[in-house]
This record gives sequence, structure tokens and C-alpha cells, in this order.
Amino acid sequence: MLDTSQRSAPKLSDKAGGLRSTRSLLTLAGVLLLAAVPLIAPSMQLLINLALAKGLAVLGVTILLRAGQVSFGHALFFGVSAYVGAFLMASMPQADLILVLIAGVAGAAISGLLVGLFVVRYRGIFFGMLNLAFSMIFWSILEKFYHITGGADGIRLARPTVLGMALERPEFEAVLFYLSLVLMVGLGWFTLRWFASPVGQIFQTIKTNETRLEYLGLSPKRVLLSGYLLSAALCGVGGSLMAMTQGVVTPEYVWWVRSAEMVFIAVLGGAGSVRGAFIGALIYEIVRVYASAFAGDIWQLLLGSFLLIIILFAPGGIMGIADSVMNRRSKSQPTNLGEDAQ
Amino acid sequence: MNLTIFLLALFDGISYAALVFIVALGLTLIFGVMRILNIAHGSLYAIGAYATVSLTGFFLALGFSPIFAFPLMIISAVLVGMLLGGPIEWLLLRRIYDKPEVLQLLVTFAVFMILEDAQRLVWGTQPYFQASALQALGNITLFGVTYTVYQLILLPLVAIGLLFGLRFFLRRTVIGKLILATTEDREAAQSIGIDADRVFLFTFIVGAVLAGLGGALASPTTSILPGMGADMIVLSFAVVATAGLGQIEGAAVAALLIGLGRSFAVYVWPEVAVLVPYLIMVLVLLIRPQGLFGSPVARKI
Repeated sequence: MLDTSQRSAPKLSDKAGGLRSTRSLLTLAGVLLLAAVPLIAPSMQLLINLALAKGLAVLGVTILLRAGQVSFGHALFFGVSAYVGAFLMASMPQADLILVLIAGVAGAAISGLLVGLFVVRYRGIFFGMLNLAFSMIFWSILEKFYHITGGADGIRLARPTVLGMALERPEFEAVLFYLSLVLMVGLGWFTLRWFASPVGQIFQTIKTNETRLEYLGLSPKRVLLSGYLLSAALCGVGGSLMAMTQGVVTPEYVWWVRSAEMVFIAVLGGAGSVRGAFIGALIYEIVRVYASAFAGDIWQLLLGSFLLIIILFAPGGIMGIADSVMNRRSKSQPTNLGEDAQ
Repeated sequence: MNLTIFLLALFDGISYAALVFIVALGLTLIFGVMRILNIAHGSLYAIGAYATVSLTGFFLALGFSPIFAFPLMIISAVLVGMLLGGPIEWLLLRRIYDKPEVLQLLVTFAVFMILEDAQRLVWGTQPYFQASALQALGNITLFGVTYTVYQLILLPLVAIGLLFGLRFFLRRTVIGKLILATTEDREAAQSIGIDADRVFLFTFIVGAVLAGLGGALASPTTSILPGMGADMIVLSFAVVATAGLGQIEGAAVAALLIGLGRSFAVYVWPEVAVLVPYLIMVLVLLIRPQGLFGSPVARKI
């Protein structure tokens, strides 16, 4: 008995270790490939940059999916951060990129705290729909108070300085690109560590059995709030990067279609998967650019149909498919959205 | 605020509440019976409005009297329920009743995205106007305020009729009792020979017809344009959440509360009028998380 268990143990960890090293090798290759984009395919740089910004926001939605919750309004924090940056640049034209980013993320985190304190009292339908309601509220404010927010036309966001240096457009875009890449790696790694941390582990049990959490003397609301704050902050990072890349912020940043897009990408990439969030965002953006020429009118229709197909037939998303292709997928993997009804 | 403006706000609020209530009634009925929040409900509302405008325009062009607009509204609503509601339940929702709540929400959300685009493909993005039903009934003067009969009398009457009609239907007819039994305990209902699949299909179609009817009745009072479905699903959710999910009578009270709150805001502080429904909802939910008339859910351990 003891023998067999000892013998099988190293074998098992070997296998897991092998999978992990293949994964980190593939991740490393992917990051290097992305880093080379400005050199080998300069025309793709802007597109990839927007995809990375969106990927960071999608990561925020992904975190909540790990707790079994879906938010149809996370574009709210994306937009809050972008507008904070735009207002900052308007009132302080010599503001630095770092300052814009920090102010934006702080704005997103504060609004995340305010909304979060309210929505963590709910799960499931109410959680998703109340988030949607809050994003619609902010959207109406942006549209109605046009003398402050510029209404549907939005506000222009001037190019900030970088560490005190005023850069030209190409240099600034290069800085933003590599900043986005660094943030993707750094925050992606942080999120993975967070999932593995005690708080992160407790956070994920909200999906399986919340009542047991309470028996342990822990407050599910507080744990959910911490995850919610992290997700809002990540959406803020994405929104801030997006606003600086595009140079203009509009109410469209907060529109429900944007939230829908985030949820779509999160489910496409593999609900709950950190790498999947970015892979999903990259694939989504690239397909969108090339498809918009002939499918611009039916884009949402395609997204909706695709979403249905993924949910009904491939609930693990791209990462789930990739894993099963590598044939090392264990049944108990928590990345699967569909198989854990009870 | 003088009496005239007060009465105008009151009348606005009542007619608006009646419309929102009809849509929310469908939403809360579907949720109460099937435990699914149908996000595509907003699209069904919008399509009901578009279908009415197109049908009415077509028949008026043939020389029919404007009074025909009323049967056409009912026809549009039933078409929406049969042609869209039926297939949605039959092809999609039936597959996911045993899945987690999040997945069910995602599925109806996907349907919503599809229908929003489909509706834009069919009707384009220009606004439509078709007020012949409104004009056919003329105006009424009450306490010195002139208002349309359609909005002040017909809409509230329809809303009240539907409220009592649905109550009667659920409690006094055989089909209604079958629905209530299935709601109470699906497995037990099946074991005594109730076809739960058919009950669900029927309920969903009735809910979808109500969404379409809301859109049809709203069509003469407003311009029909893209985005109205998204607005309506959030608004009717606000009503349903304020009342407590699945509460039919409560939805009527919540609709009145929200409708009146919004219409008075229009005259007092127009910028925030769109926000008032959500503020009311948030306030109510802060104090009573389960809604005004909802009861706290028993916890499963």
C-alpha cells in the first residue's frame, strides 16, 4: 500500500511538472513573440496593444468567473479609469503617464469599492444584473452631463509625458506597448499567485460552497469584495491603457456592449483561465479587425452565436480545447465553467 | 410646482408605469416559474414594437381604418411569442435547466446579442414613428389637463386587466394550476403526470407575448429606435428586483413607484430622470436585499 502510493507520487508530480514546464515554455514563447511584434510586424502594434489593454480588463472578469459570478457591467471600471485619466490630462496638461495610470486605477478601485460593497450581497442573477445597472447609470451620466463629459463625443486625452520626457507619437506608442506587455506579464503572474494564496483559494470556494465558508468563520462577502476590488482595478489598468492608446474617451467605453465583449472573451479564452484571457483577447481583436470589413453589421450576432456554441459544446473555451489536445486534462480542473453544477 | 404640472407628472407616471409593468410581468412570470432571468426579454419588447409599426404601416397604406392598429398590436405580440419565444425555449433553454445559474444567464445574454443585431438588420437604425392608434382614441381633459385617452385610460386598463387576468388564470384555471404545481416542485409535478416541458414552453411563450405586447403598446407613444431593448431589460429588471423576483402583484407596485418617481423627476430635475429608477432600486435593495415583497431564500447546506 505504502509502496505503491510512494511509487505513484513522484510519477504524478512528474507529469504535473512536465505540463507546467510545457505551459511556462509556451507562455514565454508567446510573450517573446509579442515583444517582437513592433520589430517584425509594426502594422500590428496598435492592434496588439489594444488587445493587451482589453486582455487586462478581461482578466478582471475572469477573476469573478472563478468565484462562479458573472458581471455584465465591468466596462464601468474600464470607463471610470479612462475618464479619470482624461480629466486629469485636461486639468494638468503636463501630467505623467505613470500618474495617469495610477490615478485611473485608483479611480477604478474606489468605484469598485463603492459598487462592490453593494453587489457582494448578491450572487448569480442579481450580481450580474446589478453590475449591468450600475454601468448603465454611469453611461447615462456621461451622456446627459455633456457640458462636463463631452456627451457622446467624449473627451480628447492629450499625450502625457513619460517620466518627465515629452515623447513623439512613435516613441510614445512603443513605450505604451511595452508597458502593456510588462503589465500583462506582471499582473497575470500576480493574479495566478493570488489564486494560489489563501484569500484566492477562499475566494474560489464561493463557487462551490459558500455556506461551508461561513462555518469556518469566514465572511464570504469580504472575500468576494477583495476579489471584486482586484477585478475592478484590473479593468482600470486596461481602461487607462486603452484611453492613452486611443487618445480619446467616449461613453462607448462603458456601454453594455463593451461589458458583453469582456464576458465573451473571458468565456472564449476559457472561463477562469489567466492565460486564456489574453489569448482570447488577442484572437478576438485580430479576428474583429479582419472580419469587420464584411461582418461589421452582424458582429454582435456572430458573437452571440459563438458564445452559445462555446457554452453548449466547449465550456472550457480555448484553454479547455488546448488542454484536451495536450491530452493531460484532469477532470477536476477548476477552469471548467460548465461541469460543476453542484 | 403647480397643480397642472403635478397632474401632468402624475399622468405621465401612470401611463409609463403601465407599460413597464406589462413588460416586467412577463419577465417575472418566466423567472417565477422557470428560475431563469431572460435577458433577451428586452429584445422581444423592441421587436414587438417594430413589428407593430411595420404591420400598422402596411395595413394603413392599404386603406384600412386606424382602429385596426389595435388588433395588429395583439397579432404582433402573439407573433413575437410564437416565432421567437417558442424556439428560444425549445431549442436553447431546454438544454440548460440543470446548468449553473451563470451559464443560464450567459445563454439568454447571447440570445439578446443575436436579437439586437437581427433587429437592426431587419429594421435598420433610423427611428420609426407610428402614432395612429394614439390619435384614433383622441384626447380627454381632466382637471384642466388635456391628455391622450390611449395613455391615460387604455394603457392602465390593459395593465390592470393583465394583472387580474394572470392572477385568475394561475389560480382558477387548470393550466394555471399546472403551472403553479410545476413551479412548486417540478419532480413531484412530473411524477403525477404533468408534462413539465410543455408547461415551461407555454409559460415562456406567455412571457414573450407580454414582452411583445409591451413593445406593441409602447410603439405609438415613442419613437422606435435601436437600443430600446437594452434600456427596457435593465428598467424592467429594476422593477422586478425592487418588487422581489417572481412577485407578480409586487411588480405592479414597484412599476408605479418607479414610473411616478421618474416622471416627477422629469419635471423637477430632468438630467437625473433616467437615473431615478435605479436609485429607487438601489435604495430598496439596500434596506430589503430580497426586494419589497420577496421573502428571504432558505439556505441549502
